Parts: sequence; structure tokens; C-alpha cells
Amino acid sequence: MRHHLVLRVIAKLLIPLILLFALYVQFHGDFGPGGGFQAGVIFGSAFILYGLIFGANTARRVATPEVVRVLAACGVLLYAGVGVVAILRGGNYLQYRVLAATATGGEHLGIFLIEFGVGLTVAMIMIGLFYCFTGYRPSDHNNGTHPHDA
Amino acid sequence: MDIGSFLINAILLVFLAATAIAVARLQNLFAGAMLFGIYSLLSAGVFVVLDAVDVAFTEAAVGAGIATILMLSTIALTGIKHESIPIRPLRSLLLVAVVGAALIYGTFDMPRFGDAEAPAHQHVALRYLQQSGDEIGIPNVVTSVLASYRGYDTLGEVAVIFTAGIGVLCLLGGSRRRRTDPADKS
Repeated sequence: MRHHLVLRVIAKLLIPLILLFALYVQFHGDFGPGGGFQAGVIFGSAFILYGLIFGANTARRVATPEVVRVLAACGVLLYAGVGVVAILRGGNYLQYRVLAATATGGEHLGIFLIEFGVGLTVAMIMIGLFYCFTGYRPSDHNNGTHPHDA
Repeated sequence: MDIGSFLINAILLVFLAATAIAVARLQNLFAGAMLFGIYSLLSAGVFVVLDAVDVAFTEAAVGAGIATILMLSTIALTGIKHESIPIRPLRSLLLVAVVGAALIYGTFDMPRFGDAEAPAHQHVALRYLQQSGDEIGIPNVVTSVLASYRGYDTLGEVAVIFTAGIGVLCLLGGSRRRRTDPADKS
């Protein structure tokens, strides 16, 4: 990929815009189409584009597989944690209206947090899948021989 | 239905059918993966026509974007041509015809498209549409339903995505440590 000058320049221009668009979709989901699932996929695709152009190993240095896995779990934990906090504040599990002083304020806060958890998990799982597919070598699981060569 | 929306529907459906037939007939998996992406993009167009912009958004991002990349990555790991296996076209055609006829027969009992009296529009949907503005205070009703009214379901969906991702990570060995460690018995 070293000589694909046009691809590299265009990717460098596009990736910040894609990341910004992902954040817009994430935090504007209350008002327009969008939300955590879509934003996570868009955020992940920006990373995957980076990995495709500049090499998967360069992408692994930006977000290491360990960080990706931990953050993926953090998204689910954040979502489930919001429910536990609602219980601790005297409500039911995932009853956001007890999270803030007013009912709608609590709903806003709860939806904001769980959508962030959704986006985090989806983005990190997408990046993790990309790492899996680009890093997989069949020989690692067959003692150095490809199944079709044997 | 005016002539403009009829034309848009007809063009989208013709292109969908043409893409599906092309995917089935192609031997080249790379071209097939690209056509799958186009198919998803056309489906997203159909969802926009049906006023389901959130679904269209997801279809375009997941179906046309990530799924295509994952399919291409898989092709890079396996091979670009698929081995031709002997098929019995008559039996397949019969099976498809029978299942297709059963599905079409099933649609006869469904309410007409856009029918306001349909059960889907009479049950909780009315309450969501009329009261979610006061109860949740968010303009996008889809987000209100997805994140608040159906918060449990969405938590389950995130857990499914997480579990599926962890499963793939375990199967394909996403860890670099494991690949570089020769003492690993697995």
C-alpha cells in the first residue's frame, strides 16, 4: 500500500470526517435518525478504512487489541451499570427517570449513557472483528501446515 | 400512488431482483461480495421509501459497509473462486416455488400496507406516538422506544453483539500474544 498516494491522501481527509459524523450520529440520535448501533458501526468503519490503507498492524498500534477488547466489555458494563444505578436510586432496573431531578431529565441522561455504551461496544467489536480477520493465519492452528496442503 | 413513487419503487425492486440473480449466478466471490454490498444499499433505498430512515441507516452502515468488508476479508483468507458442486436445478426450483407460494399465501391475511387499522398501529404504538414526547421528552420516537420503553431488549441486543464478537475472537484467535507464543498448546 506504500505507493497508493491518492488513496492515502483521500483517506487522511475522510477519516476525521467519518469519525466526526459517527459522533454526530451518536449524540444526535435523540433528535434525528441514528443512535448507538449506527454510530458504532460508522466509528468502526473509520478505523477499518485506516487499517485497510495504512496496514492492519499500524491500526493495531493506534488501538491495541487489548484496549479494544476491554472497551467492548466496558460498553456493556456501562449499559448494565445504568440499570444498577437506577435500582440504587430507588427505581426499577433501567428506569431512567430516577437518575435526575426531573423525570424527562433522567430519561435524557439514561438514554445518553446507554446509547454511548451501545456505540462503544459495537465500534470495538467491529474493530476487533477486523483485527481477527486480518491477523488470522490458518497455519497457527494446524502446526504449520495448511489443511489443503496436507 | 402517484407515478413518481411508482417509478422509484419499480426501479428499486427491478435492481434488487437483478442484483440477487447476478449474485446467485456469479462464480467469482469477489464480485459477489461487491454485489451483496450493492444489494444492501438498494435495500436501504427501499427502507427510505417506506419512511424507515433508522432501519435504512443501519442497513447502509452494516449491510453495505461492515458486512462487505468482512466478506472481502474472508475471501482474502480462503479463495476467490468457489468449487462448483453438482446441483439438481429442478428440485431446487420446486422447493423455492413451494416455499415462495406459501409465503405469498401468508401475506393474504396481512393488513393492507399503510392500513391505519392494522394491529401494529393499534396496540402500544399509539401510546408511544402520543405520549412519548411528554414521558421521555425526546423528538425521535424510535430512540425513545429503543432505549427507554424497550431498554431490556436493547441491553440484550448489545449483549448478543458482544457475545458474538467474543466468540469470533476466540475462534480466530484475535490475540497477537497467542500467535507469537510457540509454547501455547492450543
